[in-house]
Amino acid sequence: MDDPLVIAGREFGSRLVMGTGGAANLSVLERALVAAGTELTTVAMRRMDAGGGTGVLELLRRLGIETLPNTAGCRTAAEAVLTARLAREALGTSWVKLEVVHDDRTLLPDPVELLDAAERLVDDGFVVLPYTNDDPVLARRLEDVGCATVMPLGSPIGTGLGIRNPHNIELIVARAGVPVILDAGVGTASDAALAMELGCSAVLLATAVTRAQDPELMARAMRSAVEAGRSARLAGRIPRRFWAHASSPDVDA
Amino acid sequence: MKAKINGTERELVDGATVAAVLALLGAPAAGVAVALDGEVVPRAAWPTTTVPEGGVVEVLTAVQGG
Repeated sequence: MDDPLVIAGREFGSRLVMGTGGAANLSVLERALVAAGTELTTVAMRRMDAGGGTGVLELLRRLGIETLPNTAGCRTAAEAVLTARLAREALGTSWVKLEVVHDDRTLLPDPVELLDAAERLVDDGFVVLPYTNDDPVLARRLEDVGCATVMPLGSPIGTGLGIRNPHNIELIVARAGVPVILDAGVGTASDAALAMELGCSAVLLATAVTRAQDPELMARAMRSAVEAGRSARLAGRIPRRFWAHASSPDVDA
Repeated sequence: MKAKINGTERELVDGATVAAVLALLGAPAAGVAVALDGEVVPRAAWPTTTVPEGGVVEVLTAVQGG
C-alpha cells in the first residue's frame, strides 16, 4: 500500500473517513461511500426499535468498510464509557470514535468529560479516536493518556464553516505523535484539501457529502481533495512572499 | 413484574431473562448489545441473567450517524 494511513498499527489506503448521518436513504449513502473510496466509516448507537436495526451495518459489511462506532449524544464520561462498551459488545470492535459534547446548540466537546472518558476507555483496552476541540493542549493531553489519534474540529458539527483556526490545527499537527484527523466543519472540497495541506493525516466528514445536492458527486470531490491536499503537503509548498518573483528570465539576460 | 425496556414500562413474567426480553423485542441475533441497570450484559450471559423487578434494560444497535 502506497502512503497508507496508519492508526494503532492498522493500515488504510484511504485518508477519507466518512460518517453515515444525514443521508436521505441507504441507497444514496451507498453510492456516496463507494464514490468516497472510504475504508473506515462511523455509525451511532441508539435504542433498537421493534423490528431491528436500520441496515447500515449490513451495508458497511457488504462494501467491506470497517465500522467505527461513535458515542454521539453522550454528555458525560460515564455515558460515553457505557456506550463504547455496548458498541464493542454489539459490533465486536474495540475501536471507538469518542464524542462527549457539552450542549445541543454548539455540539462542542466537553474537554473535562472527554479526557476522563478517553483515559477510562484506553485503560479498558479500547482504541480511542477522540473528537476534540481545536485546542493544542487538550490534543496533547489526549495523546498522553493513550488515544490512537486526535480528531480536532475545523468548526462545529454540521456548520460547513470550514477550518476557523488553521493555525491551531498546524500547532496540533506539529506536536502530535499520533495521526491528526480533521473532524467536523468541512463544507466543501477546498476545506478538506486545506486540512491535508496543514498536515492532517486524514479528514472525517459526513454532512458535507450526505446533505449536498448531489452526494455522490461531492463524495468524489472530497476524495480528490484529500488526495490533492496530501500530495501538496508532501510536495512542500513555496514560501509566501510579499513582492512578486518573476518566473521568466530577465529581459536583459 | 414490571421493568423498563428501552424507556417503556413493560410487564414481564417473574424470572424473565435478558434473552427472553430480546425475543420479546424481536431483536436480531447479531449487532445488538444490552445494558441492565447501567452495566453491559455480555452476550454469553443473556440466557442466564434475570431482569429484576423495576430493572432498566437498554437494547442498542448501530444506526446511521456521525
